[in-house]
Amino acid sequence: MSAQIKPISTRTAVTSALGTVAGLLVALALMVALFSALSQYFFTADTFVTIANDIPAVAVTAVGMTFVLIIAGIDLSVGSVMAVSAAAAGIAMLQWQWPLLPAMGLAMAVGLVAGAINGSVTVAFRLPSFIVTLGMLEVARGAAYLATGSRTQYIGSKIDWLGKPFVAGLSPAFFIALAIVILAQIVLTRTVFGRCMIGIGTNEEAMRLAGVDPRPIKIAVFAIAGLLAGLGGVFLSSRLEAADPNAGIGAELVVIASVVIGGTSLMGGRGSVVSTFFGVLVISVLEAGLAQVGASEPTKRIITGCVIIIAVVLDTLRERRKRTS
Amino acid sequence: MTATVVLLRGEGLGKRYATPVLSGVGFELHGGEVLALTGENGAGKSTLSKIVAGLVDPSEGEMWLEGQPYRPRSRKEAERLGVRMVLQELSLVPTLSVAENLLLERLPNTAGFIRRDVLNQAAAKQMAMIGLEAIDPRLPVSALGVGHQQMVEIARSLVGECRLLILDEPTATLTSREIEHLFHQIALLKARGVGVVYISHRLDELQQIADRVMVLRDGKHVETRPMRGSTQDDIVRLMVGRDVHEALDRPRRPAGAVAMRVKGMSRGTVVRDVSLSLHNGEVLGLAGLVGSGRTELLRLIYGADRKDSGEVLLGNATTPARIATPVQAVKAGIGLVTEDRKSQGLLLPLSIRINTTLANLKAVAGGGWLKRDEERVEVERLRQLLRVRSDSSEQAVGQLSGGNQQKVVFARWLHRDCEVLLLDEPTRGVDIGARADIYAQMDRLAAAGKALLMVSSDLRELMSVCDRIGVMSAGRLVRIFERGEWSEHALLEAAFSAYLAADAANGAKAA
Repeated sequence: MSAQIKPISTRTAVTSALGTVAGLLVALALMVALFSALSQYFFTADTFVTIANDIPAVAVTAVGMTFVLIIAGIDLSVGSVMAVSAAAAGIAMLQWQWPLLPAMGLAMAVGLVAGAINGSVTVAFRLPSFIVTLGMLEVARGAAYLATGSRTQYIGSKIDWLGKPFVAGLSPAFFIALAIVILAQIVLTRTVFGRCMIGIGTNEEAMRLAGVDPRPIKIAVFAIAGLLAGLGGVFLSSRLEAADPNAGIGAELVVIASVVIGGTSLMGGRGSVVSTFFGVLVISVLEAGLAQVGASEPTKRIITGCVIIIAVVLDTLRERRKRTS
Repeated sequence: MTATVVLLRGEGLGKRYATPVLSGVGFELHGGEVLALTGENGAGKSTLSKIVAGLVDPSEGEMWLEGQPYRPRSRKEAERLGVRMVLQELSLVPTLSVAENLLLERLPNTAGFIRRDVLNQAAAKQMAMIGLEAIDPRLPVSALGVGHQQMVEIARSLVGECRLLILDEPTATLTSREIEHLFHQIALLKARGVGVVYISHRLDELQQIADRVMVLRDGKHVETRPMRGSTQDDIVRLMVGRDVHEALDRPRRPAGAVAMRVKGMSRGTVVRDVSLSLHNGEVLGLAGLVGSGRTELLRLIYGADRKDSGEVLLGNATTPARIATPVQAVKAGIGLVTEDRKSQGLLLPLSIRINTTLANLKAVAGGGWLKRDEERVEVERLRQLLRVRSDSSEQAVGQLSGGNQQKVVFARWLHRDCEVLLLDEPTRGVDIGARADIYAQMDRLAAAGKALLMVSSDLRELMSVCDRIGVMSAGRLVRIFERGEWSEHALLEAAFSAYLAADAANGAKAA
């Protein structure tokens, strides 16, 4: 007696990842074409350089968020963590006269600690990360106000070169973000750690019973997300040339939207950092394009919201079709 | 018996999934009688009763309810016709009150606002009908003990018209006083002319409550006979079958040194003080009824659940191994093939490759980096060794048949190369071809000196595969049979033994 097995393509995993990227590229091309048709100023090097220099903060934070969503968690605190990390860097540079690099290190350390707390509390008390990071959202924001005395700390030229043109009009921050995207994709696909993340997001109990302890991995993922949010905070400061305690309010939503547009599943177990990067691009091209064609702020928000929903609906339909084929 | 009206008649009922689980079963149920339905694990009791209750659609056969053709397409439809079933698992909403649960589908309301007074009155009446006046219908269900919850569940089945009531192992969680109460209620239902199907493997209960007993074996109807004049022995013989166990004789495997000793393993009332030793090169079986603590014992050994007491000693160690988590168990050289491979064993949407190397990623990695070529070669070797029918190592395991999924789980533990392998129902849902491959693999493992501890509900499988068979009953390991000492009858008797003893003790207390 032989089991009946449907002949199904074995390259589903690969084609699925390629399919997501291809779909995002098509969406990007369509958007560029549309905005170019609507505004004669859109299709210029200037526009693209501006977009590229705008995205690093969201891009690196979205890399961390991709990891968190892959293990079936969520991190709502990244916007506040960006602000508190930036505040730490600002104070280090202004009051203690630290140079930029150690101050950046401090910001990332602050983010790492916040993320590690998120992860440890989630794991130790088996709480939903939604609630724990919602608490951290408030805590970190409060800490940012405390550290800055609720005032924007002007840093100036000491930090702004991170966001200023460096090679071909692109900023150092853009290159750092690109490097992190590539590195994170390699970690996800080529390391034991990445394999364990995907396994935990798919079926945590099965991982535990296979002898893999999910707890340290989950804590590490939240810590990485915090660290990257800290770096994102510094990038944000470099654009503002200041540590603003109100920076990054609502950033978690833009970040989550970018990751989800990139095809990472909110249910865990499936995702790609490269796709996330394209998700970030989709949102920023949309924003830049709408601004160029003169859309008002309310219109921009309505259209952005609709694009997020449409992207996720399309992705879900594609997944469902794949499963039933 | 007073009633002679045929309430429900079935003919040639059958159900097949991959293989037939029920075939050609006919029966008659009279109004006002209690028909006991019994048989071994997997004999088809639940399937048959679920067909009657509209939960399972039969593949073949017909039924008539009071002479009218009866083929319910859903539980709702069956209930509308007065056929109700109380399932083993409770289906109450624990946060709602007893009254709300009882009348969930027809809450008395005015324009959507619940009329609590009417609701509570109606519920109180309903509860009084089955003698539960003592329970306040306003209490949330979660505030009640499990036994009372079960009674509420039964009370809910009696809301509205009820002509036929199916009770599936209703006493599993009840105390002897509650059982007495339940039996009294069943007697009242009988007097009202309700037909009752009572599923249980507690034979003494059946003798107490049933008018007739119907025995199933391997999905087939064996015999239906009056309860009066049937001894428990008669029924066990019917369940097992008179056919002497076939040529299951094979030499006992040469047992090596002790691989693992389990001492005084306990968890609540589920596993009580179990000790055993397992040798290299042997397959030790664990038989017992569902709920006798077999799965739980394996999970305790593996560190998957917390134990109250007990220790595990590996090899000739004199100090117990530190096993509080599966991670430590795997490090100590123990593997577990879980009972439910879909929810606890496999990562279904991921590839055979990823699933195979999961328990031993270190072997295919260096410094945290996966060596993808080595992994591919190794998984391909295991895939062919175990004859996993699949397109390639990259195919998602969710797309494989049950047997081939189980082979992937085996491949994982082969890759890990553990000394002790715990197997929980390793051939459940596995077709015959793949089953033979799995037995052959177990043989190879034993021949290589590994120690295997295998839980199965299929006695014939245990008798053909194992060198020794331990029998668990009500949480205790009641006896270990050596090859040659056992028969189906003896094994089954041992499996029932603690339940009979417990009930005898309860009876003595009551007297």
